[in-house]
Amino acid sequence: MAAESTAGAGTADGLSFPPRAISGRRAALGDRVYTVLVLASVWLVLLLAAGLVAALIWESWEAIRTFGFHFLVTSQWDPVAGEFGALPFIYGTLVSSLLALLIAVPLSLGAAIFLAELAPSWIRPPISFLIEMLAAVPSVVYGLWGIFVLVPWLRDWVQPGLGRTLGFLPLFQGPPYGIGMLAAGMILSIMVVPYITSVSREILLAVPGSQREAALGLGATRWEATRMAVLRYGRSGLIGAILLGLGRALGETMAVTMVIGNRPEIAASLFAPGYTMASVLANEFTEATSDLYVSALVEIGLLLLVVTVVVSGLARLLVWSVGGPARGGRE
Amino acid sequence: MSSATRRFTSTAMGALTLAAALLVICPLLLIFGFLLYQGAAAVNVDFFLHLPKPVGEVGGGVANAIVGSLIMIALAVSLGLPVGILGGVYLAESRDRRLPWVLRFVADVMNGIPSIVFGIFAYTVVVIPMRRFSALAGGLALGLIMVPIVLRTTEEMVRLVPNALREAGLGLGLPQWKVSLRIVIPAARAGIITGVMVAVARIAGETAPLLFTALGNRFWQQGLDQPIAALPLQIYSYAIAPYDDWHRQAWAGALVLITLVFLASLAARLATRGRAVAR
Amino acid sequence: MTKRSFLAVMLLVVPLASLPGPADAQLLMNGAGATFPYPIYSKWFEEYIKVDPEVRFNYQSIGSGGGIRQITERTVDFGASDGPMTDEQLKKAPAELFHIPTVLGAVVATYNLPGNPQLSFSGDVLADVFLGRITKWNDARIKALNPSASLPDQPIVVVHRSDGSGTTYIWVDYLCKISPEWEQKVGRGTSVKWPVGLGGKGNEGVAGQVKNAPGSLGYVELAYAITNKLPAAKIRNQAGKFIEPTIESTTAAAAKSMPADFRVSLTDSPGPEAYPVASFTWLLVYKDQPNETKGRSLVKFLWWAIHDGQKHAAALLYAPLPAPVVKDIEAKIKQITFSGKPLLAAQ
Repeated sequence: MAAESTAGAGTADGLSFPPRAISGRRAALGDRVYTVLVLASVWLVLLLAAGLVAALIWESWEAIRTFGFHFLVTSQWDPVAGEFGALPFIYGTLVSSLLALLIAVPLSLGAAIFLAELAPSWIRPPISFLIEMLAAVPSVVYGLWGIFVLVPWLRDWVQPGLGRTLGFLPLFQGPPYGIGMLAAGMILSIMVVPYITSVSREILLAVPGSQREAALGLGATRWEATRMAVLRYGRSGLIGAILLGLGRALGETMAVTMVIGNRPEIAASLFAPGYTMASVLANEFTEATSDLYVSALVEIGLLLLVVTVVVSGLARLLVWSVGGPARGGRE
Repeated sequence: MSSATRRFTSTAMGALTLAAALLVICPLLLIFGFLLYQGAAAVNVDFFLHLPKPVGEVGGGVANAIVGSLIMIALAVSLGLPVGILGGVYLAESRDRRLPWVLRFVADVMNGIPSIVFGIFAYTVVVIPMRRFSALAGGLALGLIMVPIVLRTTEEMVRLVPNALREAGLGLGLPQWKVSLRIVIPAARAGIITGVMVAVARIAGETAPLLFTALGNRFWQQGLDQPIAALPLQIYSYAIAPYDDWHRQAWAGALVLITLVFLASLAARLATRGRAVAR
Repeated sequence: MTKRSFLAVMLLVVPLASLPGPADAQLLMNGAGATFPYPIYSKWFEEYIKVDPEVRFNYQSIGSGGGIRQITERTVDFGASDGPMTDEQLKKAPAELFHIPTVLGAVVATYNLPGNPQLSFSGDVLADVFLGRITKWNDARIKALNPSASLPDQPIVVVHRSDGSGTTYIWVDYLCKISPEWEQKVGRGTSVKWPVGLGGKGNEGVAGQVKNAPGSLGYVELAYAITNKLPAAKIRNQAGKFIEPTIESTTAAAAKSMPADFRVSLTDSPGPEAYPVASFTWLLVYKDQPNETKGRSLVKFLWWAIHDGQKHAAALLYAPLPAPVVKDIEAKIKQITFSGKPLLAAQ
């Protein structure tokens, strides 16, 4: 759990960087070596990051040149004919992630409110702990559980049931494969819940007590105090937490690949199989046999990078607006 | 609204949020329960000590996959640990205006990048020039995931070190590099190690970046420049295959993996309990 | 644990990892590609350790498309594919590549229906199922071919490959020969634009899908169907007979003359007892090997595979190479060189 810290605290006043030698030649040498090592590390990180973006752009250049903007709006994914359009993957990524949010957000916010506001203090640690353990489960394990537990359940119970009751909606039409967009959305929702919950909880806890107390002092019930004072105050932070979950969902690879059906097609029904940007990379990258094919796949990787970075960046801005910056390393 | 209704709403919302919290924990219990149920039977000594058997034959184990994962984690740590710690100290101690801001921004961006993208990068810069899949490529991809995590955690932990310690060191005549290396970092040691363990727990379970860097190996490791097995990769191959015995082994492997990841995360949380500001 | 001791541990582990493992083999050969022959290759590589304990062959079944790509990029020592490389792909390779046939296999239509009936199909019905024209199990045309089977009123869940696959190539090559609509709409390749169906990764993935989902119909290599207790349909061949996929009917499909580079399609074979969806599977190796030790190990293995290795084929439901073909392959292997000198001493 990240310690609460506000910007500036702990910045050494007596220290500067790069360090100036206090005394002696050996100290000067030591300082210099130290400076070199530290700056080398810093620049290494920056170079690697820049190299990453450069490598992606370089590799995808052929596809960018060939297809241009059409890449983003075409649905053809035809390796034989050499025609590539990323729309089915963009669609699949967006729909599965939004479906995940639809399921996860009410649950996560509810749990976060419970943990931050309404829970007796003895219950908080164990439940928080369990939720954080959920975040540690590897994606492939979710996928494994998805294939052998979730999918059969969907195929044998949920999808036929939904088809019978709500089958007039195009969302629930089509044969119950089990595998498909619904399975992917559900697995993703389980995977993003812990992130949204823990960040939301920290946002709510960061709201100054005075807000809550003022409301209570005016005669509000606990829920009303929460609703009017805390939630309103932390609103942008909560939106940030949701966006953080979205960022995770967009980039999730293994669990989705194992249950989504791997079909590059846009379909209205949630029962239909689909494909996401991350999944097509996982499945087809090692075997793309033509340069254009590889380039198209790398372009999808580039798209994925841009989308997740933008969403995560936005999320972070919103979260900081409530809790303050220096939330590091533990998203 | 009458006050009775308002009080009822408050209680109802309390109940609903409690329900949400319980629902949120359910999947964890379900998943772990299933893993135990399916995997426990398959976990035996053979599983840990033997190599995989040919396709279709029953038995064998994932010994090389476990060792392979450990090797790549070690490689990742050898990149992520020094770079992350030094970078984190820099972020905490530097009074420069722009460079720390850029580094912090880049690290945060890196934290949000899907791991498969790192795999593409490692394929392009290691696998292709080296003309082979290797543990090195896999280790690089995992190390890149580790760096921003360790970096930011170290920064936070180093910021927490009281100034008094630094001033004491300087007052005793120690040069600044010694103050940083011998006083500040050891003081933040527990938190830094926590950050490293959290990062290790994260990369231990990563599969996607290994798909086109490590490739997989059915035998013992021969060298760092050869393809290498990894536990999550093996679980993935077994899970999507049709053989029942492989499914059994996938469950067992998942149980082993999730236990290791949980233990590492647990240890990390216990270590910070003394350090974090109490809520 | 202090940082110093931690570093010390790291410094120990990494060099230890570079030492040869417990198996203490001297040489690791890496190959990747087709899932179609994976069962027999994995058996061969296990058996070959007894023949030559100094070498280990590490094979990763990532699909024929992967095999072609990785050998072209030279990230592996040999590739494997059941779809022969096209002229264009061969031209892209940095040097001349040989196709060395290893065994014959059959691609079968496998399905998951209650009661596990033995079904028969004709090529045009299969093409229409995969085109999405026939959508239900109790369609009249399927019923006509299987009058005594009880076919449910359920949609057919088509399962195909999501990865670049030689098995796919064999299957669509056959469908192209049977159905002009398929040839025009979809075409042939290791990765095609499927009109309908779910994607599974590898033969393993398709077999796994079919096994898990009732009502599915997919195509897999025969070995995958049998070892997973999945049925294999009879398919009507060019001569009009409904042939069950067996070792004999697969071998019967190979009664054709072979071109010099061994790239031949055996689908829709005219022989009366021939199974119509059979194929060779090839190992892809460079004519001129970049490394002498590795090259020598490779040609020795290839020699063993086409002779002694063949006796393992039948048990795993692959058809062994016909004798005249073996003679031709022997001549080809002798052409593999290092720096211009043939690697295999005259036998």
